[in-house]
Amino acid sequence: MDAPDQSAGHASSKSSGQTSSETSPEETPAPARPVLEAPDIARVLTRIAHEIVERAKGAHDVVLLGIPTRGVFLARRLAAKLEEITGRAIPVGSLDITMYRDDLRLGPARTLARTEIPADGIEGRVVVLVDDVLFSGRTIRAALDALNDIGRPRAVQLAVLVDRGHRELPIRADYVGKNLPTSLRETVKVQLTELDGRDSVLLGVRPAPTRGGADQERADAGQ
Amino acid sequence: MKRHLISAADLTRDDAVLILDTAEEMARVADRPIKKLPTLRGRTVVNLFFEDSTRTRISFEAAAKRLSADVINFSAKGSSVSKGESLKDTALTLEAMGADAVVIRHHSSGAPHRLATSGWIKGSVVNAGDGTHEHPTQALLDAFTMRRHLAGAPDGGSTHHRGPGDGTGRDLAGRKVTIVGDILHSRVARSNVHLLTTLGAEVTLVAPPTLVPIGVERWPCEVSYDLDAVLAASDAVMMLRVQRERMNAAFFPTEREYARRYGLDGHRMARMPEHAIVMHPGPMNRGMEITAEVADSRRCTAVEQVTNGVSIRMATLYLLLGGNEPAIAPTPATPAEARTEETRKP
Repeated sequence: MDAPDQSAGHASSKSSGQTSSETSPEETPAPARPVLEAPDIARVLTRIAHEIVERAKGAHDVVLLGIPTRGVFLARRLAAKLEEITGRAIPVGSLDITMYRDDLRLGPARTLARTEIPADGIEGRVVVLVDDVLFSGRTIRAALDALNDIGRPRAVQLAVLVDRGHRELPIRADYVGKNLPTSLRETVKVQLTELDGRDSVLLGVRPAPTRGGADQERADAGQ
Repeated sequence: MKRHLISAADLTRDDAVLILDTAEEMARVADRPIKKLPTLRGRTVVNLFFEDSTRTRISFEAAAKRLSADVINFSAKGSSVSKGESLKDTALTLEAMGADAVVIRHHSSGAPHRLATSGWIKGSVVNAGDGTHEHPTQALLDAFTMRRHLAGAPDGGSTHHRGPGDGTGRDLAGRKVTIVGDILHSRVARSNVHLLTTLGAEVTLVAPPTLVPIGVERWPCEVSYDLDAVLAASDAVMMLRVQRERMNAAFFPTEREYARRYGLDGHRMARMPEHAIVMHPGPMNRGMEITAEVADSRRCTAVEQVTNGVSIRMATLYLLLGGNEPAIAPTPATPAEARTEETRKP
């Protein structure tokens, strides 16, 4: 896949993963610009589904695990597309990474989300982690740790809707919906019909750089 | 969440539901091959037990270990307490050893509150039972057990007692809970009345008049002296142990008479609604407040309550210790503020 290499010397304002798309609207006063609309998201997911089938040679042992919150909905949509392509039901579940985060002590205790492992487990399977935005990579690191406590997959792959760069760990995605070069002050917000009433990816700008700088903003953003 | 868990009365409905929901996720860890989470790695939890206890101490120990915290067990017997050390000096010793949380059980009501508000220690204090005052984690695990059985149906209606459901996000609105037995000495009853009422349940206490505490009319619950009258309208019946060790005076003529009027046997259980459950915080006195027939029936949740206890205590420890260290909290704990300050809102 097209590995993202636009992680320039910028610090980041928005994190990948679970909370990345939960930035409250008041944090983005400037009108957020849609970079992906509903048809684009549908097309992108179809493409990723085909890539998964191609790379996993028929996807017969693939298990999709979405990372809450929006990753779970993306995983379910991907599973539906995979079923259309292969004619078989693809196991889909969710993997909450909250208790494996490396920033738990930077804020109040977080509310947990649901971990739902498909009945047949992940032992010896190809697990495809699904998330909405890939950013620092810390969410995925936590997800790998969480997986380790659940079983031993044959392989682990990563599918994301948006890769916005600025990695802080040696982690890359296997399937990328859209590479989105961003700067420190930009925010990426994913909206999905299941949760937000519409499908879109919005690129906004954070107001003024906050006092604490990037670290502070990262804490605000959830990672 | 507050910084400490001293009384079930301190919890708002949202706090309580958050703890129950978190416990629901913790319960799922028990089904995994590796029943451990790295969340509290490097944190130290001290179990400070001035009173005998097996299940509560083991439960807290298991909960802390599943979250990867280091656990230090301190029991008053065979420690410097038996040489006359005061609670303050014990607390200062624990503070010097760097305890992040102290789980305390004490024979005196109010000891956990003293520990939390005195400024002796910076960590969180969890009340694991103090005198005849409160036992909040027991009430939480009871509420959790009830929610799983009684709030599991999507329409909010009752589910069958054999199929505990997942009541995530729900409270116990409209559920009728009857608590039977030694209310006077029971910290479990007191905590349950507070918590269950907060969660919307209607609580009825049933006991001989001598075992009903003074001032009960100010509690948010009903009081009855007739068990048979309330059984038919109960969703959950909680039998309390007759606490012989706290009974210096005679509170009822004979044990046989108590068992006949306030004990739960098969005949009485048959009068309860089909979905209703029988609960017991343990340890049970079979033949006294509960017959073996009832205790061994599938409607009795005593064993399930023990399992749920670990999940509830994991949730409590996670919510108290999972975030910022209390030591980082900006407000230096002055005695008056320490109890109410909310350094970690959910």
